[in-house]
Amino acid sequence: MVILFGVFLLTLLVLTAVAIVRTDNLFVAVMLTGIFSLLMAANFFILDAADVALTEAAIGAGITTVLFLGALALTAEHEKSVSARRWLSMGVVIVTTLILIYATLDKPRLGDPQAPVHLHVAPWYLDETPELIGIPNVVTAVLGSFRGYDTFGELFVIFTACIGVLFILSGRRGQHLPPNAMALSSTAHGLRHHLIPKVVGRLLVPFIVLFGFYLQFHGEYGPGGGFQAGAIVAAGIILYALLEGETAALRVVPQSALMAMVIGGALLYGAVGIAGIALGGNFLDYSVLADDPVKGQQLGILAIELGVGMAVCGALLSIFHAFAAREPH
Amino acid sequence: MDSAIDILSWILLTVGGAFVFVGGLGALRLPEFYTRMHAASLTDSIAPILILLGIMLQAGWSLAAIKLLAILAFLLLTGPTASYALANSALLSGLKPGDSSTDSTEN
Repeated sequence: MVILFGVFLLTLLVLTAVAIVRTDNLFVAVMLTGIFSLLMAANFFILDAADVALTEAAIGAGITTVLFLGALALTAEHEKSVSARRWLSMGVVIVTTLILIYATLDKPRLGDPQAPVHLHVAPWYLDETPELIGIPNVVTAVLGSFRGYDTFGELFVIFTACIGVLFILSGRRGQHLPPNAMALSSTAHGLRHHLIPKVVGRLLVPFIVLFGFYLQFHGEYGPGGGFQAGAIVAAGIILYALLEGETAALRVVPQSALMAMVIGGALLYGAVGIAGIALGGNFLDYSVLADDPVKGQQLGILAIELGVGMAVCGALLSIFHAFAAREPH
Repeated sequence: MDSAIDILSWILLTVGGAFVFVGGLGALRLPEFYTRMHAASLTDSIAPILILLGIMLQAGWSLAAIKLLAILAFLLLTGPTASYALANSALLSGLKPGDSSTDSTEN
């Protein structure tokens, strides 16, 4: 039955991908990427990867779609047609595809109990996590502690992306337009004339933000963690910005607070690592943070998840505001 | 008793699934934007009620049932609102009901 679902979802995934490539309407392409991410999330879910599914649904299907739409509002709706070198790109794609298909031939069958990963890597984490870290969600333990370097790197990818977008897009606010003209533009207005979405949206925003915090602090016990929590809190605030206008959202969470979140989150993660060195351990070794190594691990994971959550939330909101602040030309 | 709940739950699931199917069929086959949206809105109003009630009967009195109830409340708030917002913005942008000639999504 699971195989049937998997084949069905993967077929839809391929169809969606082909449709994304073939359409020249960028609005349609953005909607299809949202559907693609949702299908991918469902796929992750039937493979029992609830944490990844949650991230994919929140960031891929949710926030990315909004960011794409924000970017699309500044540009044309249709793709520029490119004519040259079509056969060359086709050739590259076909060769790469054949190499990838050839590479999958060596892969063990899906769910094969004799696969190397099920004999060496996974059992070690499953056996050692309760003993060394003492939290029920092994995924959080792996991401936060055993592979803390990876997550640190991911955090700095987001940090760098945020800085890059802000370098390119920001610094224009209020330069071309007087303040009252800003206030009259549609982004600043929000949905003032749409009563029903506004009422329902207002009702939902607190629950969305609360759910984000739940994921942040429940990540050690169930699916969740900093990435998902940051994305969902950001989604709640973006919904608020869409309903009440961007300026109202900036009054609630000003740009300086967003910057503090991005920088503070990255610094917090780094500081936890440095604290490990200062207390006589290795970089990102949380065992030395408390008298009891297990308590230290839990403390460290809590602190770095908080850093990740802050940085992701701040970065996504900064990027959203950077797009929303620009007037279409 | 158990089999009665099972039968009831399967009836709810099947009817809910039928509504999703009809909604999808309508969204593909009906002639213009508003009628198609009307069909599609079945899948986020009546269908989740039936399907989630069916799953709730399967879950019994547990935390899962309460979570499903929360999901149902969320879907019932957001789904019709999204349909309304879509129809409203279509109307405001000048698409008249019953006028299939201005429908650019036909092709």
